[in-house]
Amino acid sequence: MSDRLAVRKTYKLYLGGAFPRSESGRTYEVTDARGHFLANAARASRKDARDAVVAARGAFAMWSGATAYNRGQVLYRVAEVMEGRAAQFAEEVAAGEGLSAGKARASVDAAIDRWVWYAGWTDKLAGVLGSSNPVAGPYFGFSVPEPTGVVAVLAPQRSSLLGLVSVVAPVLAAGNTAVVVSSLERPLPAITLGEVLATSDVPGGVANLLTGDAAELAPWLAEHADVDGIDLAGAPTPLAMELERSAAGTIKRVLRTPAEEPDWTADPGLSRMRPFLETKSVWHPIGV
Amino acid sequence: MTSLFEYAPAPESRSIVDVRPSYGLFVDGEFTDGTGSTMKTVNPATEEVLSEVAVGSGEDVDRAVRAARRAFTRVWGPMRPADRGKYLFRIARLLQERAREFAVLESLDNGKPIRESRDFDVPQAAAHFFHHAGWADKLDHAGLGPAPRPLGVAGQVIPWNFPMLMLAWKIAPALATGNTVVLKPAETTPLTALLFAEVCQQADLPPGVVNIVTGAGDTGRSLVAHPDVDKVAFTGSTEVGREIARSVAGTQKRLTLELGGKAANIVFDDAPIDQAVEGIVRGIFFNQGHVCCAGSRLLVQESVHDEVLASLQRRIGTLRIGDPLDKNTDIGAINSAEQLVRIRELSEIGEAEGAQRWQPECTLPDRGYWFPPTVFTDVSAAHRIARDEVFGPVLSVLTFRTPDEAVAKANNTTYGLSAGVWTEKGSRILAITDRLRAGVVWANTFNEFDPTSPFGGYKQSGYGREGGRQGLAAYLQGDH
Repeated sequence: MSDRLAVRKTYKLYLGGAFPRSESGRTYEVTDARGHFLANAARASRKDARDAVVAARGAFAMWSGATAYNRGQVLYRVAEVMEGRAAQFAEEVAAGEGLSAGKARASVDAAIDRWVWYAGWTDKLAGVLGSSNPVAGPYFGFSVPEPTGVVAVLAPQRSSLLGLVSVVAPVLAAGNTAVVVSSLERPLPAITLGEVLATSDVPGGVANLLTGDAAELAPWLAEHADVDGIDLAGAPTPLAMELERSAAGTIKRVLRTPAEEPDWTADPGLSRMRPFLETKSVWHPIGV
Repeated sequence: MTSLFEYAPAPESRSIVDVRPSYGLFVDGEFTDGTGSTMKTVNPATEEVLSEVAVGSGEDVDRAVRAARRAFTRVWGPMRPADRGKYLFRIARLLQERAREFAVLESLDNGKPIRESRDFDVPQAAAHFFHHAGWADKLDHAGLGPAPRPLGVAGQVIPWNFPMLMLAWKIAPALATGNTVVLKPAETTPLTALLFAEVCQQADLPPGVVNIVTGAGDTGRSLVAHPDVDKVAFTGSTEVGREIARSVAGTQKRLTLELGGKAANIVFDDAPIDQAVEGIVRGIFFNQGHVCCAGSRLLVQESVHDEVLASLQRRIGTLRIGDPLDKNTDIGAINSAEQLVRIRELSEIGEAEGAQRWQPECTLPDRGYWFPPTVFTDVSAAHRIARDEVFGPVLSVLTFRTPDEAVAKANNTTYGLSAGVWTEKGSRILAITDRLRAGVVWANTFNEFDPTSPFGGYKQSGYGREGGRQGLAAYLQGDH
């Protein structure tokens, strides 16, 4: 055994491609499943959430305008970089979720594979969800799916990595940019994921990861006029209804959450991309 | 400018329609009395009372929802999909057979020109049923996984601008996918929905599959809030859309909203000007501008502004305003006194904020609700008439210099329903179309619709699509 003293990591936010502390200066103690101290995580504030929305909006044109092939390669790159860090993720997941090393590793593997799966979707969505429209007249008509815009994602509270990836990857694969609020009690894998995103050619601002309390941050995101959609996956049930009501004020797309956190290993299909895709129908006359 | 030439009156006969003095509600396959009050529906072109219709009470809504639930569980849900399709084909054919009757009644109750109700609203409504009829036994191919399931009872609330067509947009996909419906027509335009109830009877549609509950805001609220409704579909104002979204929050009800718009119609300097002017006119004066996707903001490239405007004013001077039943009429009556007040108010605000109002010289009928086609110039993006949905024949003209500026101005709205682009350059059409945040983009045309072309908004113009394969998702529960 080496007697070298470990260099610990400072867990900060991932916002606009950088790793700032919360502007509020607040942190909170994160413990493992047995209650032992792991780290002090940043407790993001309303201002951090608003800054994240600005960053996500700023990144939207570039990310949504990138070719589907390019987005697919970038998301695949996320899987590649994560693979190299799998041991670190497994350690964090095991500590935070109280899993055995084997189960934690299986969960990490599933999370990596989920990125691969979604990476492969980017250039198939238009073919699967779009259409050529045989209108009854001399017009060329087609419909294409397009990303909704800035999506607020409340990550699951229990599944700290697989659950997180399962809600973030579809939003990005569809071409949206995201403001993500991590699990309150298990936030550390989210920040490590941020480190992966930062080194995977995902442009800064495309995914912004905030650690802290969804109950505190989500109401601001739900009513924010520059947020186009919200995934309520990690919202506590009584709060979910309030958030949905609040989101109605700006006609946000809302992905509801079931009463119980789902089994994240199941095949998600298009269920998490469809809500954050619009359809644009285009017409042009045919004539000589 | 006076009218270029006089036309002899060419009124469509209204004798084809038999408007009853009063109507009840259509529930469980029969017309029944409501338990609430009644309201009068008027011809907006003459203010003549056409009929008295029931205002559905909460109790009436409950009865209709129970009838729809029974029909869903016992008849329509278990029915062979091909048979459901056959009923819809029947309905499509019946609408075609009785097309003239529907068109005249629509123009009487709504005020829209017979040319439009006859050539657009009713044929499109029939086409919508015909298109969806074919889907009924092909839902495995809708892209929602194998054997997608209907949701159950759909509560549908529709607006007054295209009463019959909006009914078709709502009912046809709902029935094709195996749902049953309770539909509330708009307060001021209930008559064609009630005539449609007769069509359901003629088609031998099983009782309870379609229920029509007339009424106003409270009736709609009862329907949306009813605990046994599984799906809510609404077309109307963004304000009411918000209220409905709040009302269904926290429930398992599925929701689609088709709300307001403030579409930009962008004319580049290389556009075919004559065609563009036709498109501008069609974009804003179609259906008196009572169109959620109306091209109400004209964005003209600065270098052709004067040319386009002169040509546009000349063309507007030839539009015929008056009797909706006259076959030569281009612009009919404003649908209601209330809407006329709103159009007048916003126009006055437009002038007060510094925009210039232009209207052609035209004689408006003495009775009824009328507003002449109106063009505002010197409009800035901050003006109310450039931001608020007027829902009337009022066009705001703004200018731009570069394609970037055109896109920025076009997208500078909380709405995102539709947009238009006029240019002869193909690559520019595709580039601009790509950047416009709107659910429908018409390039070198405007206000085209088809059952195979999904329609719906971005941003605060709503969510969900109507029409095409994409539209089916709103009424189905699938694995994907």
